[in-house]
Amino acid sequence: MPEFHHWVVPPSSSARHHGGMTTSSPAVEVRDLRKSYRGVEALTGLDFDIAHGETFALLGPNGAGKSTTIEILEGYRDRSSGTVSVLGVDPQHGGLDWKARLGIVLQSSGEQGAATVREQLTHFAGFYPNPRDVDEVIASVGLEDKASSLIRKLSGGQRRRVDVALGIIGRPELLFLDEPTTGFDPEARRQFWTLIEQLKKEGTTILLTTHYLDEAAQLSDRAGIVADGRLVEIGPIDTIGGAEARIPIVRWTRDGKVHEERTETPGAFVSKLVTHGEPERLEVVRPSLEDIYLELVAAHQPTASSEPIISGKA
Amino acid sequence: MTAVTASTPSVATPGRIIRVGFSRIRYEFLTFFRQGDAVLFTFLFPLILLTIFSVAFSSSNFFGKDAAGHAVTAATYYLPGMLAAGVLLSGLQNLAVDIAGEKSDGTLKRLAGTPLSVASYFIGKIGRALVVGILQAALLILAAKVAFGVPLPTDPAKWLTFAWVFLLGVTTCAILGIGLSALPRSGKSATAVIVPIVLILQFISGVYLAFTNLPTWLQNVASVFPLKWLAQGMRSVFLPSTLEAAEAGGSWNLTGVAIVLAIWLVVGVILARLTFRWIRKDS
Repeated sequence: MPEFHHWVVPPSSSARHHGGMTTSSPAVEVRDLRKSYRGVEALTGLDFDIAHGETFALLGPNGAGKSTTIEILEGYRDRSSGTVSVLGVDPQHGGLDWKARLGIVLQSSGEQGAATVREQLTHFAGFYPNPRDVDEVIASVGLEDKASSLIRKLSGGQRRRVDVALGIIGRPELLFLDEPTTGFDPEARRQFWTLIEQLKKEGTTILLTTHYLDEAAQLSDRAGIVADGRLVEIGPIDTIGGAEARIPIVRWTRDGKVHEERTETPGAFVSKLVTHGEPERLEVVRPSLEDIYLELVAAHQPTASSEPIISGKA
Repeated sequence: MTAVTASTPSVATPGRIIRVGFSRIRYEFLTFFRQGDAVLFTFLFPLILLTIFSVAFSSSNFFGKDAAGHAVTAATYYLPGMLAAGVLLSGLQNLAVDIAGEKSDGTLKRLAGTPLSVASYFIGKIGRALVVGILQAALLILAAKVAFGVPLPTDPAKWLTFAWVFLLGVTTCAILGIGLSALPRSGKSATAVIVPIVLILQFISGVYLAFTNLPTWLQNVASVFPLKWLAQGMRSVFLPSTLEAAEAGGSWNLTGVAIVLAIWLVVGVILARLTFRWIRKDS
């Protein structure tokens, strides 16, 4: 996907992200990452890299370990073992100059919001050595009309846009987005996607978690699926789950019964099918990322994978 | 191109930390006055109490006499106590409750993810306590003078005493407030944990009740804490010298005021350094 954007003239700020020595090592490097809380293992050995300029989506059900992973990378939590490098720094020892290179959008919080949108962004911009223009950022999240409103007077989705704005105000090299579009209306989501595409063009590395699989498919170059504290799948969006998971499904109804057939040659199959008469409700479905994701997660449910089925047990 | 990254100015220089600290003061001050409840219970509370005491005891004459033989009014008698209480509220109570709230509502977690230094954050909090405290004291003194006819000192030396007692008092209380903010387990319980401490201190430290009327053991307990000394320092400024004999030890003992407040300042700095965290890791 990003190849299509090469014709866009990158802003000068992207120079530091491309070329030079920083690109020789990945922006994020995770090896055998483990985390346990009072003896309970939340993460049981994660390995992945995120390249400079890449958008990587971390997917998985609630409680699978996504937020634990992202919070370890952000420096909010300490790992139990393994090695982690974020922009060449161990997050457990990341200083202020390291934080100045990050942008963090946490899951939503319930702050007082006693400042206006513009006051809040102007104030936070002052923390960073090379911030973006406040009004441009307000415009990029579509809050021009609300710039002078107190944050506490905004709707949930509007407050979330302020969170995103605060995440990018410092012109981050690496942006963490933990479920950024929760509470967005469809228009705000599209606007957010445009913003992310813009940030990608500028060379920003992005780590995204989301429950919207269409969003992950739209925005990210690669995805990792976390289930039960492990990375069960990782790869470019269009190869996740392997070729088999993408085999089209032909679905039709005959005599009130739904039939399904997975085949590489749906056209040939359908033409054979019609020789027996016109099938009702015929459709050829290519599994979406969501279908593949749900199958993968179902296959790695903690109870299904670690315990044999015991009959009679609730 | 790595040189670009390397030449990005560091955010951890002392000049920058102080500059951002001052921008925090402005931000803190602005947002403080948009929180109605905090304004009422910390900012205006001493003024409300001064009014109540002045009116309730307006015909009482048991507060002593000045050098010219005039009876000391209730308003005159309570002004120093209310000034001391204001310093305690704007410094200790407000900051402890405020920071505990910021810890639980996610404000501190957000700040922790930015290059804001803890020092800048502290400058913002202490600076806000100072600015709010100055406004509060000015309002109290003005109301005492205009509404209740309290005679104000004319000797510049008295105002100098007021200045250092006030500044040392606010700073000490603010830093103790930062330290105490670790005590409540949640923002919701913060008021319930902090207010009783502050209230008891006020009752045993000569803010509401004449200090020397308390039993000796209670006076000794109160003398350990800063508020007793803060109130004593304020009385030395606003009460006539004829009342000095009624103080514990028969003296304003300003040296004692300076020493005890300074000790608590150091205790507060150590406490704040040991207990303050942006977030509780792994909570």
